[in-house]
Amino acid sequence: MSNKVKSSKRKRSRRSTFPTLYLAILTVLTYVPIAVVVVYSFNESKISSVWSGLSLRWYKELFRDPDMFRALLMSVLLGVSSCLIAAVIATLAAIGLPRAKLPGRKLVEYLSSLPIIIPEIVLGMVFLVYFSLLNLPFGMTTLIIAHTSFCIPYIYMQVKARLIGLDESYYEAARDLGASSIRAFFDITLPLIMPAVISGMFLSFAMSFDDVIISVFVTGVSTDTLPIKVYTQLKTSTTPKINALCTLMLVVTVFCYVMSYVFSRIGRRNMKTQKEREHKEAIRKA
Amino acid sequence: MTSGVLKKKKSGCIKRENKRRAASALLVLPIYLFTFAFVVGPLVYMIILSFMTRAEVWGVERIFTLDNYKNIFSEVYFGTFRQSLKLAFISTLAVILLGYPYGYYMARTSPSWQRRLMTMQMIPFWVNSLIRLYGWIIILRANGLLDKLLMAIGLTDEPLKLLYSYPTVIVGMVYVLLPFMIYSVYSSAEKLDWSLVEASRDLGASPIKAFITVTFPLTLPGLLTGVVLTFIPSMGLFFIADILGGNKVVLVGNIIQEQLMKVHNWPFAAALSVVLMILTSVLIYIYRRVARVEKLMGDGAKENKDKDKEKEMGRGV
Repeated sequence: MSNKVKSSKRKRSRRSTFPTLYLAILTVLTYVPIAVVVVYSFNESKISSVWSGLSLRWYKELFRDPDMFRALLMSVLLGVSSCLIAAVIATLAAIGLPRAKLPGRKLVEYLSSLPIIIPEIVLGMVFLVYFSLLNLPFGMTTLIIAHTSFCIPYIYMQVKARLIGLDESYYEAARDLGASSIRAFFDITLPLIMPAVISGMFLSFAMSFDDVIISVFVTGVSTDTLPIKVYTQLKTSTTPKINALCTLMLVVTVFCYVMSYVFSRIGRRNMKTQKEREHKEAIRKA
Repeated sequence: MTSGVLKKKKSGCIKRENKRRAASALLVLPIYLFTFAFVVGPLVYMIILSFMTRAEVWGVERIFTLDNYKNIFSEVYFGTFRQSLKLAFISTLAVILLGYPYGYYMARTSPSWQRRLMTMQMIPFWVNSLIRLYGWIIILRANGLLDKLLMAIGLTDEPLKLLYSYPTVIVGMVYVLLPFMIYSVYSSAEKLDWSLVEASRDLGASPIKAFITVTFPLTLPGLLTGVVLTFIPSMGLFFIADILGGNKVVLVGNIIQEQLMKVHNWPFAAALSVVLMILTSVLIYIYRRVARVEKLMGDGAKENKDKDKEKEMGRGV
C-alpha cells in the first residue's frame, strides 16, 4: 500500500517537472529586462554595456537636471489632479447611479468605462482632434481631462464593489435618528467606502503616472511628463541617466500598487468583521 | 387612527424617497456631464470626422466624402495594414503559445503557489512598459548583454544586429502583452472543475484526448479574452515599433500617429481609428458569444461542485 502511494507520488513529481521548469523559466525571463535596467542605473560607466563599478553618479545628475525635475513636477501634478477629480466624479456616481432612477444609467455606466476598453491610440487621437475642435489650448488642462477619463473607471469599479457589500441600514439608522442626508453621508457612508476610494485613487495615479500613448497626443509645448521624456530619449540617445529615472519611476509605481492593495485589503477586512459580528449576533439570538 | 398615522408615515417615506431620488440625480450629474462631454462627444466627432475632407493646408473642410475609407485600401496603406495585421497575428499566436501553458500550469499548482505566481506576474505588469522595453534594448543592442554573453560562450564571433528588426518588435509585443493572456487563461482554468477531466480519464480518454475534448473547450473563453486583450493593442502599440523596430516596422498605430502629428491628415487618421474600433467590437462580440456558452456550462459545473461539497459535509457529520 505505502509502496503504491510512493510510486504514484514519484510519478506525479516526474510529471510535474516540466510545468515547474516552464513556470520558473518564464517568470525569471519576465524579470530579466527590469533587473537589467535597475542594475545598470548604478553603473559608473557611461556606456551601458560596460560595467565599471557601483556609483550613484547618474542619480546625482538626474536630480541636477532642471528639465527632469520639471517633468517630474508635471507628472505628479497631472496624476494628483486627475485622480482627485476622477475620485469625486466616480464616487458620487457609484453612490448615485443605483439610486437615481434616471434613464440610461446602465448606458452611462458602460460609456464611462469606454476609455479603458478602446485601444489607447484611438483614445489619444480622439482627444487630440476633439480638443482642437473645442479650441482648447494643449497643455495641463487637456492632459488632466484625458487622464481623468481613464481614471474614473478604475475608481468607480472599486467603490461600486465596496458599496454592493455595504449594509444600507447604517445610513438609514442615521437618517431615522435625525441626521441630515449630507451629515449621514459624511459620517456613515463616506468613512465606510473611503478605503475603496483611496485604493482606486492609488491605482489610477499609477496608471496616470505611467501613461505614454494618450499623453503624447494631448501634451502641450512645455508640459512633457516623465514617461514622455523617457519615450523621446529612448527614440534618440540613451544615457544611464534614463536608467536612474526608470528605476525611480518603477519605485513610485510599485509603491502605489502596494498601497492600493493595502487599502483594498483594509476595506475587505472591515467588511468581514462586520459580517462576522452580524453572524455572531444571529447565533446568539437563535 | 392608526391607519391615519400609517398613512402619514407612508407619505413621509415617499417624500423622503422622492427627495433622495432628486439628491441622487444631483450626485450623478458630474458623471453624466463628463461622459457626454469627454467620452461620447469625442467618439462621435471621430466618426463624423472620418467622413470629412482634408483641407488643402491645415484642418478639415466639412464636405462629405468616403475617400478616407477608400484610402485605407489604397496600395500604400493597405500594405501597411496587412503587415500590421500579420504582425498582430504572429504576436498573438506567440502570446497564446507561451501564455496558455503558463496560465494552465499556474492553475494546477497549489493555492499558495498560485498566489505567489500571480504576484510575481503582477509586479512586472505594473511597471511601465517603456522601462521594460528599455531593458530589452540594453540586452539586444549591438555589443549589448546578449552579444557579450554569446561571444563569451563562443557561439558567435561578432555582434548580432538584433535590435531594430522585425523579430525584436515581436519579442517586445509578446513581452508587453503576455501578462494579459496569462491572467485570462489562468482565471478560466482556475474555475475549471477538474473532476470533469478526471472523469474523462477514468472513462479511458488519453491525456491528450481529455485535454482536447474537456480542458481546452472549457478554458477557451479565457483564451479568447486574452486574444481580445492582445490582438488589437498589438496593432496600436506604436511605441514598441518605434523603439525596438527603428523605422523598419510600421503598424496601424504608427500610421495614425504620423497622420495626426506630421502629415496632419486628421480625417484619414479618424477613419483608421474607426476601423480599429470596429475590429475591436467584432472581437468583443465573438468573445461575448463564446463566454455566454461558457456561463451556461460553467453554472452546471458549479452546481456539481456545490453538490460535492454537500456530500462531503454530509459524510463529515
